[in-house]
Amino acid sequence: MTQQKISDMLSPYRVLDLADEEGLLCGKLLGDLGADVIKIERPGGDSARNVGPFYHDEVHPEKSLFWFALNTSKRGITLNIEKTDGKEIFKRLVKSADFVIESFPPGHMDKLGLGYSALEKINPRIIVVSITPFGQTGPYRDYRAPDIVAWATGGRMYPVGDADRPPVRISHYSQAYLHAGAEAAAGALVALHYRETTGEGQHVDVSVQACVAQLLWATSDWDMIHMMPRRGSLRMSDNPAAARLLTMWPCKDGYIVWLPWGGPQGRMYWPPLVKWMDEEGMATDFLKEFDWGTLSHQTVTGELADAIVEPTAKFFMAHTRAELLKGAVKHKAMLCPVATTSDILESPQLAARGFWTAVEHPELGTTITYPGAFAHSSATPPRIRCRAPLIGEHNAEVYEELGFSKQEILILKQANVI
Amino acid sequence: MVPRKALDGVKVADFSWSLVGPISTKVLSDYGAQVVKIEGRGKPDISRITGSFKDGITGLDRAGRFIPYNTGKLSVALNLAHPKGIVVAKRFVAWADVVVETFAGGVIDRMGLGYEELRKIKPNIIMLSSSTMGQDGPHRDLPTFGAQLVALAGLTHITGWPDRPPANLEVYTDFIAPHFNVLAILAALDYRRRTGRGQYLDLAQYENAVHFMAPLLLDRVVNERVAGRMGNYYPSASPHGAYRCRGEDRWCVIAVFTDTEWQSFCKVIGNPAWTRESEFATFLARKEKEKELDELVEQWTIKYSPEEVMSMMQEVGVPAGVVETVEDLLERDPQLKHRHFHRELEHPEVGKYRAPEPSFVLSKSPPEVRRAPLLGEHNEYALKQILSMSDEEIAELVIEGVIE
Repeated sequence: MTQQKISDMLSPYRVLDLADEEGLLCGKLLGDLGADVIKIERPGGDSARNVGPFYHDEVHPEKSLFWFALNTSKRGITLNIEKTDGKEIFKRLVKSADFVIESFPPGHMDKLGLGYSALEKINPRIIVVSITPFGQTGPYRDYRAPDIVAWATGGRMYPVGDADRPPVRISHYSQAYLHAGAEAAAGALVALHYRETTGEGQHVDVSVQACVAQLLWATSDWDMIHMMPRRGSLRMSDNPAAARLLTMWPCKDGYIVWLPWGGPQGRMYWPPLVKWMDEEGMATDFLKEFDWGTLSHQTVTGELADAIVEPTAKFFMAHTRAELLKGAVKHKAMLCPVATTSDILESPQLAARGFWTAVEHPELGTTITYPGAFAHSSATPPRIRCRAPLIGEHNAEVYEELGFSKQEILILKQANVI
Repeated sequence: MVPRKALDGVKVADFSWSLVGPISTKVLSDYGAQVVKIEGRGKPDISRITGSFKDGITGLDRAGRFIPYNTGKLSVALNLAHPKGIVVAKRFVAWADVVVETFAGGVIDRMGLGYEELRKIKPNIIMLSSSTMGQDGPHRDLPTFGAQLVALAGLTHITGWPDRPPANLEVYTDFIAPHFNVLAILAALDYRRRTGRGQYLDLAQYENAVHFMAPLLLDRVVNERVAGRMGNYYPSASPHGAYRCRGEDRWCVIAVFTDTEWQSFCKVIGNPAWTRESEFATFLARKEKEKELDELVEQWTIKYSPEEVMSMMQEVGVPAGVVETVEDLLERDPQLKHRHFHRELEHPEVGKYRAPEPSFVLSKSPPEVRRAPLLGEHNEYALKQILSMSDEEIAELVIEGVIE
């Protein structure tokens, strides 16, 4: 791992990844792109190793599937940067590094004497990317933001869910932190470009809230027509007669997305579906003859809506998600199942694209299928290089490279520095 | 001294439209890249014709879905259906470092602007195609936009209440793909700087979105468990949810993870007796009575505005937040104001409007968000200054309907 490689997009670069759950994706993406990413965890392992799901539901810091997914292509060392010895070691690592990624509360690294202003004196080329809930400065600077808080304060929660229930987040682990990690990686590479023309690194300030606030096109609707989306928006309009003209329909084994457009889009999107229904003897004369351009959700009558909904709903209920996807491909209908993780794993498209990568986990005695490269490239595709590191897995390698003897490493371990 | 822009000198020929492509090139533009957006008047960027318009009056230069995402770009109205339009497009390719397009897989090849063609013009060109399904595969031609893709990528299924159909996430995947596009472009630029080599990048928005499902995919693989939706519950926190506050449809969120946070939370709400009952005093007990717990929490939150709840809780270290509407984001949020997140811009047709700043800010080379272009606004500039065309050449192209 120590010799210079020129074969991948980010091969020459070294990343010191101090981030926790808020920023893990950053190092993974840079690592998949070829950078030498060293995940630095406190002795005993990062708290993100407690995030589930877990391998065979065994709650264990070396069995977190969440950790596995977000730490591919990284080596791992333990280092306590709060201790005097730990700080010195970190500074030595910074000397030969290109990026530091961290997600401590604002000011924490400065308090340790390891903030950007300290690190740039050690290495003027260092690029420090700091990921925090609300940014480095401002009235919310010291506020905490687990996913639900970031998602809510970023505006992505309010319009989601049913009208008679609270706003709802996307379940499980944090989506907000994934966006923050990805934006952090982008910020790192923008700063890299600046560095290559000026010779200087700089400090990149990533706000998780701002990452979430970017996920909405509704802000422009407010500026243009003073309108905002509300929950219960499976409907295409507020017209009560159009209540059954929804954007999601039940099918035999779940749900599918079908937008029952009118207007010019209706003229484009309905005919392929109606033709398909007709091939199976399920299209009514009404559907076959209707001019979809005349359908307006604002003015449609209950009778007209029923004439559209009855045969369509019946057709969808007669088919499974898999059948409907197959038919959508065949008939070029703009129809998609609400897929489960099973459906995704069975996708013929992803298989044909070579999307899945088998990653070896010798410590578990198994191989696990992961989502693989996020891009195809004619030259240097990103790819998973190795599984996520075990706690301190590369201590010997990295510390010996820094010039520590085996005896010194043992002493540091016993002093809980590493 | 004006700080140097981070991506000064980077040249992008942008054939993309709708959201994914423009959002991807927006951040490049905001950080100083010169992005020439190539649109046709007969076939403009689709976001100029869908979505909200200023004051409800339609117009190619009044579109609310276009102006926030095309900040600082140059607009050239080029008729790509005309063979000479393709010739002019190729001249922009010769000028560019990066070419971006987001048509359905295979379309750009049929237009005569595929990678192999572009390589003949510029051997080290970096070309990025971001289509929904990718450039190949049995489902390549499945018609999809973001509203369909978010369901296909599994995100819809895991959102909402377990006893209800899934919730509508609109076009969420349109905001995932740009991350990967931007990374691929910037990494490829650095690779080319070091090696002189360009490349063709083929990204699928479906694949990008599936990456955001990774831990649950591993769960399905090793544990055979199909992830469902669980409302606002979270395994390691209780209480954890959205609670009604004072006012019309106003909500806050509160998330209590640790004993310390629980004690602080109880103190803020006045240490009511119920918090000491065995049903609620421990984390495990609260987990078993979450519905009742949520009702009790809401009996308190309903007395306050969400801003008050957020402030009271956060001041003592308990995570809490306002469930912000777009009005809150734009008009009330003090933190976003502090960050100048919504940059106010002046536009010839629309007047004042706001566009988002990048979510990451560089200390020495901050972004500069400039207004979106009118359609064809930079025809003359781009053809004269960038392509060095003469007035006669330009006039002829206008007469022939190549430049619109």
